[in-house]
Amino acid sequence: MSELAQEPTSTQGEGRYVLGDPIADTRAPESPVGDRWDDRKFSARLVNPANRRKMSVIVVGTGLAGGAAAATLGEAGYHVKAFCYQDTPRRAHSVAAQGGINAAKNYRNDGDSVHRLFYETVKGGDFRSRESNVHRLAENSLSIIDQCVAQGVPFAREYSGLLDTRSFGGTQVSRTFYARGQTGQQLLLGAYQALERQIAAGTVEMHPRTEMLDLVVVDGRARGIVARSVLTGEIETYLADVVVLCTGGYGNVYYLSTNAKGSNVTAAWRAHRRGALFANPCYTQIHPTCIPVSGEYQSKLTLMSESLRNDGRVWVPKERGDDRAPNDIPEDERDYYLERQYPSFGNLVPRDIASRAAKNMCDAEHGVGPGGLGVYLDFSDAIERLGRHTVEAKYGNLFEMYQRITGDDPYEVPMRIYPAIHYTMGGLWVDYDLRSTIPGLFVGGEANFSDHGANRLGASALMQGLSDGYFILPTTVADYLADGPFDEVPEDHPAVREAVEATRARSDKLLSANGNRTVDSFHRELGQLVWDQCGMARSKEGLEKALDRIPSLREEFWRDVKIVGTGDGFNQSLEKANRVADFMELAELMCLDALHREESCGAHFRVEHQTEDGEAERDDENFSYVAAWEWGDGGKPVLHKEDLEFSYVHPSQRSYK
Amino acid sequence: MTQRNIVTRTWGSSVGKKSVMAVTGVIFLLYVIAHMIGNLKIFFGLTTFDNYSVHLRTLGEDIFGYGGVLWIIRTVLTVAVLLHMWAAFSLWYKAKRARPIGYQHKSYQGSYAARTMRWGGVIIALFVIWHILDLTLGVVNPLPENAGAYQKLVASFDRPVVSIFYIVAMVALGFHIRHGLWSGIQTLGGNSALRQNSLKAFSLVVAVVVTAGFVIIPLSVMFGLVR
Amino acid sequence: MKLTLRVWRQKNADTKGKMVKYQLDDVEEDMSFLEMLDVLNEKLVMDDEEPVSFDHDCREGICGSCAMVINGIPHGPQKNTTTCQLHMRHFSDGDTIDVEPWRARAFPVIKDLVTDRSAFDQIIQAGGYVSVNTGSAPEAHATPVDKVSADDAFDAATCIGCGACVAACPNGSSMLFTAAKVTHLGLLPQGQPERATRAITMLAKQDELDFGGCTNVGACAEVCPKGIPLASISQLNHDVLGATLSGARSD
Repeated sequence: MSELAQEPTSTQGEGRYVLGDPIADTRAPESPVGDRWDDRKFSARLVNPANRRKMSVIVVGTGLAGGAAAATLGEAGYHVKAFCYQDTPRRAHSVAAQGGINAAKNYRNDGDSVHRLFYETVKGGDFRSRESNVHRLAENSLSIIDQCVAQGVPFAREYSGLLDTRSFGGTQVSRTFYARGQTGQQLLLGAYQALERQIAAGTVEMHPRTEMLDLVVVDGRARGIVARSVLTGEIETYLADVVVLCTGGYGNVYYLSTNAKGSNVTAAWRAHRRGALFANPCYTQIHPTCIPVSGEYQSKLTLMSESLRNDGRVWVPKERGDDRAPNDIPEDERDYYLERQYPSFGNLVPRDIASRAAKNMCDAEHGVGPGGLGVYLDFSDAIERLGRHTVEAKYGNLFEMYQRITGDDPYEVPMRIYPAIHYTMGGLWVDYDLRSTIPGLFVGGEANFSDHGANRLGASALMQGLSDGYFILPTTVADYLADGPFDEVPEDHPAVREAVEATRARSDKLLSANGNRTVDSFHRELGQLVWDQCGMARSKEGLEKALDRIPSLREEFWRDVKIVGTGDGFNQSLEKANRVADFMELAELMCLDALHREESCGAHFRVEHQTEDGEAERDDENFSYVAAWEWGDGGKPVLHKEDLEFSYVHPSQRSYK
Repeated sequence: MTQRNIVTRTWGSSVGKKSVMAVTGVIFLLYVIAHMIGNLKIFFGLTTFDNYSVHLRTLGEDIFGYGGVLWIIRTVLTVAVLLHMWAAFSLWYKAKRARPIGYQHKSYQGSYAARTMRWGGVIIALFVIWHILDLTLGVVNPLPENAGAYQKLVASFDRPVVSIFYIVAMVALGFHIRHGLWSGIQTLGGNSALRQNSLKAFSLVVAVVVTAGFVIIPLSVMFGLVR
Repeated sequence: MKLTLRVWRQKNADTKGKMVKYQLDDVEEDMSFLEMLDVLNEKLVMDDEEPVSFDHDCREGICGSCAMVINGIPHGPQKNTTTCQLHMRHFSDGDTIDVEPWRARAFPVIKDLVTDRSAFDQIIQAGGYVSVNTGSAPEAHATPVDKVSADDAFDAATCIGCGACVAACPNGSSMLFTAAKVTHLGLLPQGQPERATRAITMLAKQDELDFGGCTNVGACAEVCPKGIPLASISQLNHDVLGATLSGARSD
């Protein structure tokens, strides 16, 4: 491996893309990092309250970012039209986040501060995020907790009646606020209730079961969306002065992920095809402790809280292909590989390292369970040391969940775990104002790329979604609207008609293929390919293989997909097909991005770029930039680089030995 | 929704109707317990029982006149019955409307007592009509109207069919109390996760005591202990 | 294992539906119930038949999308478990399984097993929130909340809005859903200013929306996948009656 790392590599991926002009974020003020957000808020223009009613805002997605943004813009008096594909905004996938939400409250007096949260997030992101954005995120974390408590979010409390916090990966302070293992649900319900209040007040017009399928761009500005009513199948146009996408991540490109089945990239991808740059698509995070795949039919993966690694010991049989039951394997025939390889951190190494180590063990045929894709997470030592009662108090609900899904009792038999995709750091490129490269199109939450660099720290996704939704978008969208009012777009404007017709044509084409394979079978094949070649470890060879295969798979999909039923009504196969069609295009860009990034950073691990002892090797000299891709429109994608500057946090190498 | 009048607000809401049922239910329960205690005087013999019957009429005579208190009780009970039944039928109708199409595969959750409140209530209502005709008005009693309370009772229970009907009705009453007492407390806001099991047990005990207290009389007559 | 499924098929809201029988020969016990339906659907598509429509999303028991009555029990036989988390090992070879949609006038069938549960959103719109605009919140530690209230509020707040309570209730009542929200917010100091009003207006909305009235049968709490306690209904009653007697405003 080390010989490979020395080879000149800057030419890889060349020929598959075109290098475009660099881009830069021009919205962040030049002031010291701690003053930038205040300065930006002060310079942001305001809209007279009397005029707000006349200005309309489309918000697509109603998770933490979208729900919070729609509610807050509604409170401010704008005319908001909110959209979600679910039957109600309360089901957005933010609901599934378990662990907690970070905030630099320093209630523990353990040395936390806005600056420390900022520092650790930049470092955790392996120095691939923007300092301005991350600092603002850390600042907003304080108000988020205040806001959520006021809404009635039942955070865990101590007997004093004050808020409890716990520690989480990647930090040494205790700053994670939580509501048992259902923090995402409780925060989402807070945002949902705020949103429903605005719906009742008439400021927000809610369109559930309505899926955005295209963006309407008129005279260079985003002015609306084309959406399909899931109920009636009708393709409808919705117009507004500004469009905000908070449509989540694209982890489902892998087919198996911890994302909800409906999570998809379509809204973001359609915006990309209309001109918005897509940044860092190859940064996809893998969570080490998920319940492994049990068979061909598997439809999704379930995450088990990372906290289990506090007391569980990870091991595999020393013997290859050992198929004895775990309790029959004697102690000296077990390999506690994390403890062996990382003596100082042991089972508590960061997510990316734990995931990769598990993959390496399984690749070397030490894996356990169906297909050899799993490692043991064993609690027998903890049960012996602490007693079953204590273990039950700490992890009881997780053990129950595991048993419910697998049928095995983790008190008796070691758990089997395997890594799975659960978050995507990449997304549509945005500037400090969360504006994409299409004027009038803003992007918030997981759908944008802005705050987590190449790796997200635990409990930071909820923080970012709410920071974008409650505090950033309402300010920056208003600033944009101050340019208005914009000319009204007639429903029969050529740009609108073109978007509607293109959307109809796509659905018709999918319906008329009448081939021999189901949508899911294509999605599974695509997912397996991307997982194998652009998952936990990536190589030039594998990525090129994927890049050669994806276009032909895509062609097969359009030719051979089989959808029963019609477009004019409830048709879940058609919904899925529309999404898979876009994943087929995204997958290619992901692999290209991974191929071109000749370094390992955060969640992006290139086997050619590792240190002698197998750790990720970053190349700050050549790759300290955001890769923002422009849609090639049939031709090659165009790469625009945004150079990253670090004035406050200086890049260093991570080590967990 | 803007009106704040207590009566219309109560009438207009499902919880209001349930609270009417709960309050009237409490009235019935107190009455039934008093009635049961009175009934048990039968074991002290004819004189005691008949005197008790007279005492009921002379109670508070100096203020309300002979039988006055009894008429007040009867009036309150009649109003309570009408309110209880009105609320029950209103909720019954609402429930029928709420599920126009039922399940193909029937399966039942919730307690038996809870699910049989409605038909149980109908049985009790029919029984009460019979009971009044039999022992209050004497219309269907074998003995003439001027006979003593004790003899009328014994004569009535000497008919096995009547005794069996009585026992069935009292069992229905027991079920009704078992769910109704707990349900009433829940409706009036007195339940909590901590108290729930105790309250259910308490309701069961009251139900069993009341049922036993009533059923023992026809059984005693049937088995010749009281004659 | 081999299974016989009898699934409610209904083309749309305006047509009549019926139970249709399907045979599945290769069901594995580690499949979730929804994965078993996925297998059925793949088979149906290849046979040129329309797949069975059903709501589902997170498939980890928290979004509240999945909703089907399995052998007469909402979410099936396993306690505290949503349909997506129910696994086929709880069934036996040769079983016949009946699958039906939620049945309630307030939840009309859209297609097959999919129903319209937007009535729940309307109940929340009627007051299931704390009226605090973004930015107006005081410092989080300004108001301590005793741990018992916070924990009880949390228990009520875990409701996922799936509607199993309505589906199980012989009265078709949404009382447990409404009560969960009233209890969650009513137990916290932040929810006090609107407590009386909230109880009155949310109940009034529920009554208006074709849900039945509660008669404390308790079926709702038995099938609730999140174990929302039946006592939360008592809390709602308490708040409604208190608000009624005190003449609290409801506008």
